[in-house]
Amino acid sequence: MIAELGHFALILALVLSIVQAIVPMVGAAKNRIALMSVGRSAAHGQLLFIVISYVLLTYAFITSDFSVKLAASHSHTQTPLIYKITGVWGNHEGSLLLWAMTLSVWTVAVSIFSRSLPEAFMARVMGVLGWISAGFISFTLFTSNPFERLLPAVAEGRDLNPLLQDPGMIIHPPLLYMGYVGFSVAFAFAIAALLTGRFDAAWARWSRPWTTVAWIFLTAGIAVGSGWAYYELGWGGWWFWDPVENASFMPWLLGTALMHSLAVTEKRGAFRSWTLLLAISTFSMSLLGTFLVRSGVITSVHAFAVDPARGLYILALLVLVIGISLVLFAWRAPKLAGGGSFDLVSRDSSLLANNVLLAVVTGAVLLGTLYPLFMDALNLGKISVGPPYFEAVFVPLMAPVVILMMVGPFVRWKRDGVARIVRKVGPGLLLSVVIGVGWAFAIGHVTWRTVLGLSLAAWVLLASAKLLQERFADRPGTALAVRLRGIPGGWWGMWIAHLGIGIFIIGVTMIGSLESHIDVRMSEGQRAELGGYTFVFRGAKFVEGPNYEAARGLIEVFRGDRPWTTMTPEKRFYVASAMPMTQVSLDIGPFRDLYVSLGDQLDAETWLVNLHIKPFISWIWAGCVLMGLGGIFAASDRRYRRLAERAAPADAARQAG
Amino acid sequence: MKPRSKRLLLLGSAGALLIGAVALVLTAFQQNLVFFHTPSEVAEGKAPQERAFRIGGLVEEGSIMREDDGYTVRFAITDTAHVIPVTYRGSLPAMFQEGKGAVVQGILGEDGLFRATELLAKHDENYMPVEAQFALDQAHKAQQTVQY
Repeated sequence: MIAELGHFALILALVLSIVQAIVPMVGAAKNRIALMSVGRSAAHGQLLFIVISYVLLTYAFITSDFSVKLAASHSHTQTPLIYKITGVWGNHEGSLLLWAMTLSVWTVAVSIFSRSLPEAFMARVMGVLGWISAGFISFTLFTSNPFERLLPAVAEGRDLNPLLQDPGMIIHPPLLYMGYVGFSVAFAFAIAALLTGRFDAAWARWSRPWTTVAWIFLTAGIAVGSGWAYYELGWGGWWFWDPVENASFMPWLLGTALMHSLAVTEKRGAFRSWTLLLAISTFSMSLLGTFLVRSGVITSVHAFAVDPARGLYILALLVLVIGISLVLFAWRAPKLAGGGSFDLVSRDSSLLANNVLLAVVTGAVLLGTLYPLFMDALNLGKISVGPPYFEAVFVPLMAPVVILMMVGPFVRWKRDGVARIVRKVGPGLLLSVVIGVGWAFAIGHVTWRTVLGLSLAAWVLLASAKLLQERFADRPGTALAVRLRGIPGGWWGMWIAHLGIGIFIIGVTMIGSLESHIDVRMSEGQRAELGGYTFVFRGAKFVEGPNYEAARGLIEVFRGDRPWTTMTPEKRFYVASAMPMTQVSLDIGPFRDLYVSLGDQLDAETWLVNLHIKPFISWIWAGCVLMGLGGIFAASDRRYRRLAERAAPADAARQAG
Repeated sequence: MKPRSKRLLLLGSAGALLIGAVALVLTAFQQNLVFFHTPSEVAEGKAPQERAFRIGGLVEEGSIMREDDGYTVRFAITDTAHVIPVTYRGSLPAMFQEGKGAVVQGILGEDGLFRATELLAKHDENYMPVEAQFALDQAHKAQQTVQY
């Protein structure tokens, strides 16, 4: 009964999404306020019904109602409660429902926080979001119904994939989806702008905070996913350039370009068409990512061919969204031409260069991700494109991006002189190279990659310091507090996020240069040395978890003669799914992680133990945190709130009149 | 400078940047493609020497052996028609087991021994790696054609 109610609520949500897709659009075309405002109410109702449907599905998981097929396949009576709840989105059908719910949350957020938008514009935004929502809810209902019954019911479920039974997996998908789906707002604004022909600085100002917030979620989601891969997959890597990762990285790259392009459009009115195109393509990448992960093409193009309903539906959705928006763009964008002109040497053009490079990197990642799929689909042979390709492309293309990223803020808008810029950044750039080379020698690892990475990091740090100093020198004579308050949140956001990139590069370079790893055969009492630490194996014992059995190794770690810590890596066996799992033991530190996992059991007493030292890995996460923090500062810039307050009286006046 | 020539300069430099970047991408792409071959193809000498490629199939029953040093593992990958001996140094992934599907990447030596640098055990609900399944299907098909 519960499952049927959930199914019914989802059908009601679909009906409301169709209302939201059509009525406000008609209202905007006929200029009827009453019809336009239907969009908002429909969106609110839709959220209510999706939440009901989602809660009921979760109820089926918590109560282990194995007459619901989804719960039977992805849950188990012995599964810990938290993983019963997160198990709802640890599968195809449930994660689609989460996708639809996330979209609904964003839609309602827009309807609440953007009240100051002109009514007709808002109606079109609601309409576009309604179409996307209708597409996804119908996809869920018709091809991937999460409420499908399993009759007769089974006595016990098959349990959630053990890899997903992890705290990282609890928050990774919702964060990622908030990011993916959040770009739909910028997309809806872009389409509404194309439809109304209103495309000015105000448009960019409305879009900016939404884009930034989506970007923050995506950044956090990718970082959490990467951290999860680091400690859960047991290989010690943090990024594999695997298609699923690339699927989330491509919208991130384009979303980053979009944020910066929006800044130029707001400040200078330039890049209008480019910004629109980016808004469309960023969301298209989100959809493509959903397609890649959800259609099953990555696991097998042939599985896709055998059961094509899901893949074809979402592919059709993808083609429709991209096709319609590009046609609309081609038709309307030429009218929007113009905007600020600028010189070759200007902040505008440095931002443009970075935008182009980010787009090329996205293209390169897209090529490496899709090409093997095409080859396979056309039966031209099986190939794979591994990390060496992505690294060979990524490093040389991103190096200029990082350099320009810190040159740009010193350059004036519209027009600047080469001599002035060289005076400003020349010494810093030279000094960075010197520091980079010196640093590489100091750590005893002199390769071009290490030198490049450390020089770039040095450049980001030096330039950040100089930017801050110049900013403070801006208003001499005033108190520090006044000067601090005079600096807008947007500026702090830029400064912190760029600094985060510097910290991130230090982490990536140091771990790439200095990580060390040995596999040792150990029986009780045996010791091994790595990187100044001594690891003593104290044997492994049998332990029992809620839904698994495990061998838990005990390893004492000494630094010199001093006891440092005790580590307990596990080799688990999940009973219901009959899956073996490696549980890593970590000792996290600011300058290195100790990373220990159990390999194979060689005989009753002897294990192969994998010992890793991961220098500066925390800096990678710290860099991501700073980027996200920068985003928060930028999105909470006072300007956006002032805009809402200023517009409110005008709104009231219009309604009164 | 006239606005017109300014525009040209801007477009020209953006174009040059783009062409350089695309050239870099395509070269890197060509150099780093890794092909997949079935054990049968390897046995027939269709696989390259001195260039990394992947093979996939089943880990032959009873073939996993650890050498005395404890790190080096020997096993064999089969598509049921042909068997390729493989060596690998290091720990085996948890899901790497005899009789189960696996994909390995490495270089084929002149002695016919495949020196693996990477073992890929997939981590999704599908326990059988796609490429391994593909190799089995190919071998199966080939055997059927012989019978007819």
